[in-house]
Amino acid sequence: MPDQLLYALEVTLNGLMAGVLYSLVALGFVLIFKASGIFNYAQGVMALFAALTLVGIQEGQVPFSHLINAIFGTEIHHFGWTVPAILAIMLTAAVMVVFAWAVERFVLKHLVNQPDIILFMATIGLAYFMEGVGDLMWGADIKKLDVGLPQGGSIWLEENTAWLGGDGFYGFFIDRLDIVATVVAAILVISLTLFSQYSKQGRALRAVADDHQAALSVGISLRFIWVLVWSIAGFVALVAGIMWGTKSGVQFSLSLIALKALPVLMLGGFTSIPGAIVGGLIIGVGEKLFEFFIGPMVGGATENWFAYVLALLFLVFRPQGLFGEKIIERV
Amino acid sequence: MRLKKLAAVTAAAITMASPVMAELVFPSLSYRTGPFAAGGVPFADGYADYFTLLNERDGGIGGELTRVPECETAYNTEKGVECYEATKGDGALIYQPLSTGITYQLIPKVSADGIPMHTMGYGRTSAANGKVFEWIFNYPGNYWDSASIMVKHALDMEGGSLEGKSIALLYHNSAYGKEPIRTLEELAEKHGYNLTLIPVDSPGQEQKSQWLQIRREKPDYVFFWGWGVMNQVAIQEAANIRYPMDHFIGVWWSGAEPDVLPAGDGADGYKSTNFTGTGTDYPIFDDLQTYVVDKGLAAGDGQSLGQVQYNRGMYAAMLAAEAVRKAQEIHGVSAINAAQMRDGMEALEVTAARMEELGMPNFGPEVNVTCENHGGPGMGLIQQWDASAQKWVAITDYIQSDREVINELIMEDSAAYAAENGIEERCN
Amino acid sequence: MIYREAGDFKTSYRKDSQTFPLKFDRVAYFVLLAVAFLVIPFIINDYWANAVLVPFLIYAIAALGLNILTGYAGQVSLGTGGFMAVGAYSCYKLMTGIDIFGVEFPPLNIFLSVIVSGGITAVVGVLFGLPSLRIKGFYLAVATLAAQFFLVWLFNKWGWAYNHSASGQINAPERSVFGIIVTGPETAAWAKYLFCLVFVFFVAWIARNLTRGAAGRKWMAIRDMDIAAEIIGVNPLLAKLSAFAVSSFFVGIAGALFFSVYLGAVEVGEAFGIQKSFLVLFMVIIGGLGSIFGSFAGAAFMVLLPVLLKNVLVGALGWPTDLAAHLELVIVGGLIIAFLVVEPHGIAQLWRLAKEKLRLWPFPH
Repeated sequence: MPDQLLYALEVTLNGLMAGVLYSLVALGFVLIFKASGIFNYAQGVMALFAALTLVGIQEGQVPFSHLINAIFGTEIHHFGWTVPAILAIMLTAAVMVVFAWAVERFVLKHLVNQPDIILFMATIGLAYFMEGVGDLMWGADIKKLDVGLPQGGSIWLEENTAWLGGDGFYGFFIDRLDIVATVVAAILVISLTLFSQYSKQGRALRAVADDHQAALSVGISLRFIWVLVWSIAGFVALVAGIMWGTKSGVQFSLSLIALKALPVLMLGGFTSIPGAIVGGLIIGVGEKLFEFFIGPMVGGATENWFAYVLALLFLVFRPQGLFGEKIIERV
Repeated sequence: MRLKKLAAVTAAAITMASPVMAELVFPSLSYRTGPFAAGGVPFADGYADYFTLLNERDGGIGGELTRVPECETAYNTEKGVECYEATKGDGALIYQPLSTGITYQLIPKVSADGIPMHTMGYGRTSAANGKVFEWIFNYPGNYWDSASIMVKHALDMEGGSLEGKSIALLYHNSAYGKEPIRTLEELAEKHGYNLTLIPVDSPGQEQKSQWLQIRREKPDYVFFWGWGVMNQVAIQEAANIRYPMDHFIGVWWSGAEPDVLPAGDGADGYKSTNFTGTGTDYPIFDDLQTYVVDKGLAAGDGQSLGQVQYNRGMYAAMLAAEAVRKAQEIHGVSAINAAQMRDGMEALEVTAARMEELGMPNFGPEVNVTCENHGGPGMGLIQQWDASAQKWVAITDYIQSDREVINELIMEDSAAYAAENGIEERCN
Repeated sequence: MIYREAGDFKTSYRKDSQTFPLKFDRVAYFVLLAVAFLVIPFIINDYWANAVLVPFLIYAIAALGLNILTGYAGQVSLGTGGFMAVGAYSCYKLMTGIDIFGVEFPPLNIFLSVIVSGGITAVVGVLFGLPSLRIKGFYLAVATLAAQFFLVWLFNKWGWAYNHSASGQINAPERSVFGIIVTGPETAAWAKYLFCLVFVFFVAWIARNLTRGAAGRKWMAIRDMDIAAEIIGVNPLLAKLSAFAVSSFFVGIAGALFFSVYLGAVEVGEAFGIQKSFLVLFMVIIGGLGSIFGSFAGAAFMVLLPVLLKNVLVGALGWPTDLAAHLELVIVGGLIIAFLVVEPHGIAQLWRLAKEKLRLWPFPH
């Protein structure tokens, strides 16, 4: 095979993997939007917050230590213990449940029946709030996140594909972290599907997504469902935070991954879990191939906008996204 | 602790508010939040701690106490302007914003207000021409110096010739990242290497395409101009594709501890330029420990002493303090003003002997500033990350950049600025 | 007891559609104008101009623009930052002398430059508004992000836009109106302030009159239900695109002023990034959707609050700057949520309610 084709193939493969990472973030958006019609801008900050909490718990950091030290003149930073990764992840998940409860109790409960844009703004307020709280709790420095995930190119794959091309071809490059991410994403989607199809709560969830009032009338507690769905979204954020945080360290910029997920949402539809996955894959592959073929001609760094333009063009032809529910308008 | 201290200071300030204390004011436009906090925090700590040390140990500079009012910019230009306006009335002697964006913002403003600005290794490169930029200084080196030093180091590694070699520049797609392009192009002509430009859009969280391109094209060297999260991701990705790390050389803003730590062992061997020494093996750190950290006066938690950005902040403060001494000497007054500060900076001479006296032997290059040359010597060293010891190790001595090439570019750019803004050359 | 009136007696249509139906409000409005034009310029200093008033005025223009699009016409846009960038770069090109296909135009007067930049932005706005004919709601909001990211990328890449300067920064040269310098470092605080104030005054005046006329009613009909509006004879194409055009015109003016008068030097990614879009949207929602007063209130809230918080926490209480900055985020976020919970229709609605109460006080029955 000619090298150029091999390279294109390699770019495609990596695009798929990047797409999975985008999907992980998009998934959180979809879950919340489906169940409560809220476009949750804070999803990115939730990922940051979850990752910060995870590292903090793992390393035994004292929360709010900077604030405490400033007020009381103490010098505390660490509890002096470290927590194993698995336990820390479970504890963080518990924190995210508490967070979901707090959001329902202090924000959503008071905003029932408000227009979408108000709810959207509330989540932006929430994003600011959590960013501040995250910094206050755990400090603003960059933290290394290590839960034992493998990283680096897969050497096995490289060695076994090098013969495909000429001398200059090293074999396909795939980051092992991306492979893990793909597996995790697959497990996540399958378990979410199973949960929503076969469990009682899952069915209630779908009922709420379908029609709030009808669900209320058959005795489903809307508030419980919201806490549940925000908890799940919090957990998805944690997973996304782990994957992205392992790559870049845990820091403020982690919250910006939300921006990578928005075109995925547009493309896949706000209400479809498979849409988030497929949309992510299309965006991932599309932007990488565009950068590969067209990027050099226009000076590169096209990825930030290309995803949006692709989604925009797509929407002009299909305004509800790939798998979104058909928009029916009545006067 | 700091609150108590600050409360005490405020109380003291209120009780004796009427006679304004003659103090030397060094506003610190720092950023301890936002996407670049990891670089901003230790720098601001080093800057503040050095002045605290001078106050505690020597009673200030030439008998005048120093004061470092901090203002948070979050690396945001609008907040930077707010901070500048809020602090300039206090008798500010010098500004060091540690942000290229804010620097461009402030160049016209400080020139109109007559307050010197020192942009150490960042900002507008052509400010090195003191004939045009009366108030702006960027000694001991600028972006173009760094680019040239990187090329020189590559020359060294290749045994003197880069003919037919290829260099890729991976850069932050902004004013900051585009700075070295022109210099590297000029040097490419001189040394005969091929230059590939690979931009990464801010923030730089996702660089897979760029690193796949590097893996395909296999440049002999990757030069790197990143900042913020882009640094950590790039070093991680370089480790992922198993790029030879000693051929991966970053600018001085891409070579601090937070940049390499997240990548763990993979970052071992990564190089960057720097213009100060690292570590705490200098006598001055003993004084810092006794007079500042142990007394609980440190700006941070005292953990960052010796880190790259901390030392850099401290070095910046040292250069400012030395300039104040010079100004006091020239004008024969201890309470100098901003204009006298500029005279001090233009006559600044930091020799190796002087640095030895200050307890910082060979901490930075010898600096000599004149009215014409605001850019200092243009020297820097190459440091390499040792992942097992978790520290940066200087692997070269201070390297002189190719000022012949660079000066030409500086003259060209500053002449354009002078023409655009109707500035007449001074120092004649 | 400041409002004294009995009943709602209006004897002509003119009186009915007055902007300020109450005499007290009218007087207050003119007093406010007089203070803004005749008093503040004499007492303003650098800090107040550069850190508070000029950004407030400029953001008020941007918020007015976005409010027309989002508040009146119901099209959520997250492309404000990108459109401001168009305004800023157009203004730069116009004030330094534009060259198109080898034809050189001399530098345009700064006043005209700002207005023409608004016009150019309006054209760009209409272009990016076209998808709104098919895409609605949040899909549209995210689609306008395409404009945001594409425009920022374009101005970063396209050397012509920044006159091929080495770093891609644009710097505002010194320009004057009637011999008074309004851009560049030598500008006096009052000149900056007055220059922006004049624009704010006219923009608000235009906005008010557009929104209470036929154009405004069409926009609101589209906002409330576009299909129904179409049936009663509102052309959605014209209504939506005109909203995009007017909105972008204002936003473009804001961008031009932001660059030339306020900052003087900008870099597109930093100054006109996605954060700016969100900030302006915040102002509109906090202030009140579909309200001229709300745009001002929202801009004031979002510009003044951080400065105020900082001055209180750092200046008065002496907190370390980083803790103060983190707390600032917590407080701003908390306040936004609290505001939405207490009054989802923004400050403008609070103001209206307060006025209603005042009119009835002390006899609420």
